[in-house]
Amino acid sequence: MKMLTKRNSYILLAVAATAFFYSRDADVTTSVYATGTAFALPLALAAMVGIMCERTGIVNIGIEGTMLISAFVAFFVSYLTQNIVIGLIAALMVGALMGFILALMAVSWRMDQIIAGTIINILATGLTSFLYVQGKTIPSVFQSFEIPLLSKIPFFGQVLFIHGALTFIGLAVILILYVGIYHTPWGLRSRAVGEHPSSADTAGVSVARLRYINVTIAGAIGALAGAYLALELVGSFERGFIAGKGFTALALMIFGRWNPLGALAAALFFGLTQAYANQLMIDQVVNIPSQFTAALPYILTIIVLTISAGKVRPPAAEGQPYEKGQ
Amino acid sequence: MSETKSIKSDLDNSKKKFDVGSWLIPIIAVFVALFVGGILIKLQGLDPIVAYRSLFKSAFGSLEGIGVTLAKATPLVLAGLAVAVGLRAGLFNIGAQGQLLSGALAAAWAGVTFDGLPGFIHIPVALIIGAFFGSLVAAISGLLKAYRGVHEVITTIMLNSIVMAIADYLASGRLREPGQFLTRTSEISEEARLPFFGSFPSGFFFAVFLGVFIWWVLGRTTSGFRIETVGRNRHAAWYSGIPVKRTVVSAMVISGAIAGLGGAIETLGITYRYEPAFNLGLGFDGITIALLGRVHPIGIIPGAILIGGMRAGAANMQFDAGVAPEIVDLLMALILLFVTAPLITRFFKNSSNKSMTSGWGN
Repeated sequence: MKMLTKRNSYILLAVAATAFFYSRDADVTTSVYATGTAFALPLALAAMVGIMCERTGIVNIGIEGTMLISAFVAFFVSYLTQNIVIGLIAALMVGALMGFILALMAVSWRMDQIIAGTIINILATGLTSFLYVQGKTIPSVFQSFEIPLLSKIPFFGQVLFIHGALTFIGLAVILILYVGIYHTPWGLRSRAVGEHPSSADTAGVSVARLRYINVTIAGAIGALAGAYLALELVGSFERGFIAGKGFTALALMIFGRWNPLGALAAALFFGLTQAYANQLMIDQVVNIPSQFTAALPYILTIIVLTISAGKVRPPAAEGQPYEKGQ
Repeated sequence: MSETKSIKSDLDNSKKKFDVGSWLIPIIAVFVALFVGGILIKLQGLDPIVAYRSLFKSAFGSLEGIGVTLAKATPLVLAGLAVAVGLRAGLFNIGAQGQLLSGALAAAWAGVTFDGLPGFIHIPVALIIGAFFGSLVAAISGLLKAYRGVHEVITTIMLNSIVMAIADYLASGRLREPGQFLTRTSEISEEARLPFFGSFPSGFFFAVFLGVFIWWVLGRTTSGFRIETVGRNRHAAWYSGIPVKRTVVSAMVISGAIAGLGGAIETLGITYRYEPAFNLGLGFDGITIALLGRVHPIGIIPGAILIGGMRAGAANMQFDAGVAPEIVDLLMALILLFVTAPLITRFFKNSSNKSMTSGWGN
């Protein structure tokens, strides 16, 4: 029974559950899955930031701050220029800058990486709430559109192929990252740097340079997540806008065992639970207090981790500054 | 890296931590941060001198001002202490926020429910109940970490949200003030309120006492030595026969109890009831303050007073100079950046660059 690995049994369970819900009520299930995907995307992208950084040995707990400040920039640059594409580009640049600053602190200054991430977080909180102005609006959001043909597939069409542009970009980034990490020289080098930097160094990989590049790109991915929230899913910005999603993403990253597809699956699980909880509230099927449906994803995460724990292993060189000749 | 170092030399280092150089760095960092913040205020077209004068005058310029400052600093000292105890054991407790919330709500419940008890019984009972619920929340993370290997960063983050939801549910349901639509509890009984010494809140002195006590426990007792050793090198601790799992759980429980006390003191001494908006962000400020104080149980006190003072004076500063009170968050970030930036550190001493925290641990 080699087919029935843990991963396969999870997939089987997910397919069975989906089929069960779909057979009970096709329309509601489809819309719940579409909403769930929309909820899951920023979490999944934020988890990608963590994966990219940690695979090269940098702990990034500044994802929350990166998302916050780039959502801020995305929204207010869009407002100032009345153009959401310029807002998006500005956000990506600021996100990359945050990544670069983290790399500067962690790689060049060899600072404690948890502190470095904390600085990013409170710097972002401070700057955004200090500079925040109330009552501004953006001209539009990235509107949903249908991808021809693909969106006509029953169920999957509506769930995956009717979204705004940033959703498609985000999903593409996740797939590219998966292929990149496991099937390209860049990915192999990154993983080597994250597991055993001195060996990678001996083999001619510049540890510092690769860490700089990856953490900076990761910052831009975090910005995509923030911009998605501000310019597509919600269409606004307020203080404390990210509401812990960047931290939740760290959980999803570990949940998904530092694998992009694993983290995506974890994020989907999370997003779907939330979408279902919302649906239960709308339908008033059961009389659960709203606070409990809101807490459901968090409770489930703890339970699932408790059951499946003990087998995850982070990249070996994580959190340690690298010095030649050690 | 830290594993190659002997535990003994690490402990020696920590005793030497409070030399002149390490005192100078935070002070300089504060001034540099104020300078950079001043530039930002100037860029907004406002006057930084007026702003800072108003900020510090209202925070430290009068006995009443100092009283408010100490009141604001009290939960910060305890939240910082909670995070610091966790870090000492190699645990990153991001859950101080949730533990503090549950302590605040539990103390409010006790303050309302045990109406009629005399103060000298009522106050300790309410404090103990607050500490108990704080430690209960933390114990979940500690147990899962020790016996199932679930990372404490994840569980504490998740528990923050869960506690928030439960507290919200209780404060808008069973524990809600009768006849009110607001999500909040009734006021606690007069007897349960912490006294003031003049304008100084007694809770602050309790918090300082607790800081000294924890410093003594960590530095001078067997259980403290176990916590420090597990934090510095889990494998070495295990080899030398220290019960690592139990130590992890008890460090988490102590950390949660301190955070819960922070919430309880806030309820009994300042707010007199639980309301969801009262305690926002205190637990996260605790992380900053713990790091500012270099994870030293007494070292966190000045940082907490400084930030408490800025929080206390921020409203007046907005009134006098038009500067948004959120400048305090920004100043906090800048101070932390300059305190930890090794460029400054190296200028003063040949720091060994020892990590205070240890990544994801394990």
